[in-house]
Amino acid sequence: MAVVRLRAPLSELAGGRREVELEGATVAEVLRALERAHPDITGWIIDERGKIREHVNVFVNRESGQEDTTVAPGDRLHVIPAISGG
Amino acid sequence: MTQLLVGTKKGLFVLGGDNGSFQVESRSFAGEPVEFAARDARTGRYFACVTSAFYGPKVFVADDPGGEWQQAEGIALPESEEKALVRMWCVVPGEEDGLLYAGGDPGVLFESRDGGLTWELNKPFWEQPTRPEWGPGAGGMCLHSIATWPGDPSRLALAISAVGVWLSDDGGETWRHGNQGLVPRYLPEEAREDTFDLCVHNLHRHPAKPERLFMQFHGGVYRSDDAGESWIDIGTGLPSDFGFPLVIDPDDADSAFVIPLVADLDRVTPDGRVRVYETRDAGASWTPRGDGLPAEDAYLTILRQAFGRSGSGETMELYFGATSGDVFGSRDAGGTWFTAAANLPPVHSVRVA
Repeated sequence: MAVVRLRAPLSELAGGRREVELEGATVAEVLRALERAHPDITGWIIDERGKIREHVNVFVNRESGQEDTTVAPGDRLHVIPAISGG
Repeated sequence: MTQLLVGTKKGLFVLGGDNGSFQVESRSFAGEPVEFAARDARTGRYFACVTSAFYGPKVFVADDPGGEWQQAEGIALPESEEKALVRMWCVVPGEEDGLLYAGGDPGVLFESRDGGLTWELNKPFWEQPTRPEWGPGAGGMCLHSIATWPGDPSRLALAISAVGVWLSDDGGETWRHGNQGLVPRYLPEEAREDTFDLCVHNLHRHPAKPERLFMQFHGGVYRSDDAGESWIDIGTGLPSDFGFPLVIDPDDADSAFVIPLVADLDRVTPDGRVRVYETRDAGASWTPRGDGLPAEDAYLTILRQAFGRSGSGETMELYFGATSGDVFGSRDAGGTWFTAAANLPPVHSVRVA
């Protein structure tokens, strides 16, 4: 199981949980599992194209990850807003 | 008491006031761009179109705009590898109980039949065969205007920047263009004929005379007397026929109010002076209404959804906001104006609740 770490407002959409344990071999698989476990989060991290939203960063442990980045049991996925905006 | 819903670059501000004095009653979606907010008078339900810079576009609903907002379901495109929803631009009550429409980018129409809690994409419009050829305006491919026909849910008019006017006579099952007479001066003359690269900025149908519509175009103000099939240029007499928002007086089918900006390359109020222009003769003539508005060194930009009204006739209330963060109001149909709010974030939309 990987551990997905969430900040507000995503953690609020996951029932107030800041950490969620989920199965998945890639970042995309884990995030889809997150959507299944917490449907309110659907559409917030991954868009209709199956892409991580442009201004959302997903780190696997210390490294920036993409949809196809491999995830191993025990890995920690950090979902955080990018340093952008105006 | 008047309640204003002011969508800004940094949240939704609810202003309450009377006799020209307004206060901020609540702020929701702090830090998030709110493109549009409105209240459905039939149900009292509030709607907000919010485009998180991080988490994408959503529509939220609430019974109390200062309370908890709930995300509406179904505001998304079909899953594919090509397109994602970019932004939501408007929510408009339909002509049946529970029916609402919402418009967004990339030129998409959603329908709700349960008062706005759940939505479905209008597939006939999504599947228009020419869609691959559609192009956006500077603000994206925004479906910003949805004009229903009072008492007749079958008839609809839509406007998109920059894909022109679309008409339906069967409640959105089929669609056709309504662009005859529109002149896109931003295209070479030889490229204008039969183009649908038409940048409509705003469109309103008159409720008392539904075959009449008014339009603010990207260079041009137009009127239609045949339900949007064809358009007549009525911009003569304005200091500029460029601008974004438009409002009508429901009591007067010959009325329209626009806020001219200099031009597409200089989108500020002309001559450093803020003035609303009013016609009461269907565009034959225009009268400036600026008593109480900034009259010098004022270079404001007023966006397409940032002009709202309530009531009608001589006591009609008008409110508009600028990207400067100022909101101006009139309680006598534009005769005199006051500053309803200042120092807000850049204003995207203004509606009277």
